[in-house]
Amino acid sequence: MKYTFPLAAVIALVLIAWIGAQIPGMQYLFGIAIPYLAMALFLGGFCYRVVQWAKSPVPFRIPTTCGQEYSLPWIKQNKLESPVNASQVVARMALEIFLFRSLWRNTKATVYDGPKLTYESSKWLWIFGILFHYSFLMIVLRHMRLFLDPVPGFIKALEFGDGILQIGAPTMYLSEVTILLALILLFGRRIFNRQVRYISLANDYFPLFLIFAIVTTGILMRFFLRTHIDIIAIKRLAVGLVTFQPAITTDIGAIFYVHLFLVSTLLAYFPFSKLMHMGGVFLSPTRNLPNNSRMVRHINPWNPDIRPHSYASYEDEFREDMVEQGIPVEKELPKKADD
Amino acid sequence: MYDSDKIIPGLIIFVLFITFPVWYNHGDASAEPKPELPKGVKECVLPVADMRAEHMQLLNKWRDEVLRDGDWAFDVKVAGKKYQKSLMNTCMECHKSRKKFCEKCHKYASVTPYCWDCHFAPVE
Repeated sequence: MKYTFPLAAVIALVLIAWIGAQIPGMQYLFGIAIPYLAMALFLGGFCYRVVQWAKSPVPFRIPTTCGQEYSLPWIKQNKLESPVNASQVVARMALEIFLFRSLWRNTKATVYDGPKLTYESSKWLWIFGILFHYSFLMIVLRHMRLFLDPVPGFIKALEFGDGILQIGAPTMYLSEVTILLALILLFGRRIFNRQVRYISLANDYFPLFLIFAIVTTGILMRFFLRTHIDIIAIKRLAVGLVTFQPAITTDIGAIFYVHLFLVSTLLAYFPFSKLMHMGGVFLSPTRNLPNNSRMVRHINPWNPDIRPHSYASYEDEFREDMVEQGIPVEKELPKKADD
Repeated sequence: MYDSDKIIPGLIIFVLFITFPVWYNHGDASAEPKPELPKGVKECVLPVADMRAEHMQLLNKWRDEVLRDGDWAFDVKVAGKKYQKSLMNTCMECHKSRKKFCEKCHKYASVTPYCWDCHFAPVE
């Protein structure tokens, strides 16, 4: 099966960190060296990929238009589906980036009695996706409390909102529940939807399993395997990492290094995988170009420099050969002097 | 590269955003907080490492048992003395100051337990 290899890979990663972090001295590898390397790969790889994309020419307008284009004054233009200027494109892109609007076009073909074929908007993927992405964003922002000293007010406000149910101690966060739910739903979709299962590859399952493992180790560390989870030492390490003065001041439980190693893997894997849709959503020419082909002349930048070549100059160039081959010419060859 | 007037500012914003903790901390890893330990007392109700990691779970358990079942008995003797399951009478007996003990670490790690929503903190 296509999910066995990614699953085995994630289990192997967990074991590497679990066993490795218990060898004396290896904490510096898993706690300091690998996170720095992963962050460098993430930033460098991300910029590299974006620059590579920016080097690919997009000579013509190729937006996917799904509505009435700008036309005569009494025909109503669909400004979001067929934008013609920058502000309309910005509105379209903002809805895409913040609300994943194009996923509403995920359709499902169904045959009813009749027979009648319909293509209805299937919004499940959109729901699972939005649940996942906003939970993930919340979790990343909440983690800033471990990297920032003093902790800014808006991070505290987010934490308060996320833990508003005040269940248990340490407080359960809503985003922990929603991201687990979303991951199970996204994985279930790949397993139970036959068409999606058919097109799912190992590189679709791997990020799902990896993020699932990150979330699971995080939850285990927070609530269940708290032995040697000294949050002060963890924060000292995290602040040390971002201030380039890293220090591991006490023994921290192995589960912490597993969590950190999996996050490092995710960061290092990010630029070379489908996860680059984070940058790609901004750079997709089918979304970010205005549909203004009828207003602006777009010239292909690599067009060869072809000069106009009139028939008269063509005949000037080839007249001798044409006459020799018996092709009629408009202007005869000049008379030779000795004729 | 095409559209470099948009790509380069975009990438700069991205990198600045991701490296935000580096700018925010001004390259200064502040020292770990040192909560003020009670003088003359060497033992707590659990070993130090366990208290560090699990005190919030212990307090939460105590609260549920005392409030819901009226069960105050805590059968661990500390230095030969029996204690109750009580934040105010047990913990705060030695750790007298909320500001100098509890909040030292809680502030640093941005933890806001809701103990003091109901309990009155000792006057300082």
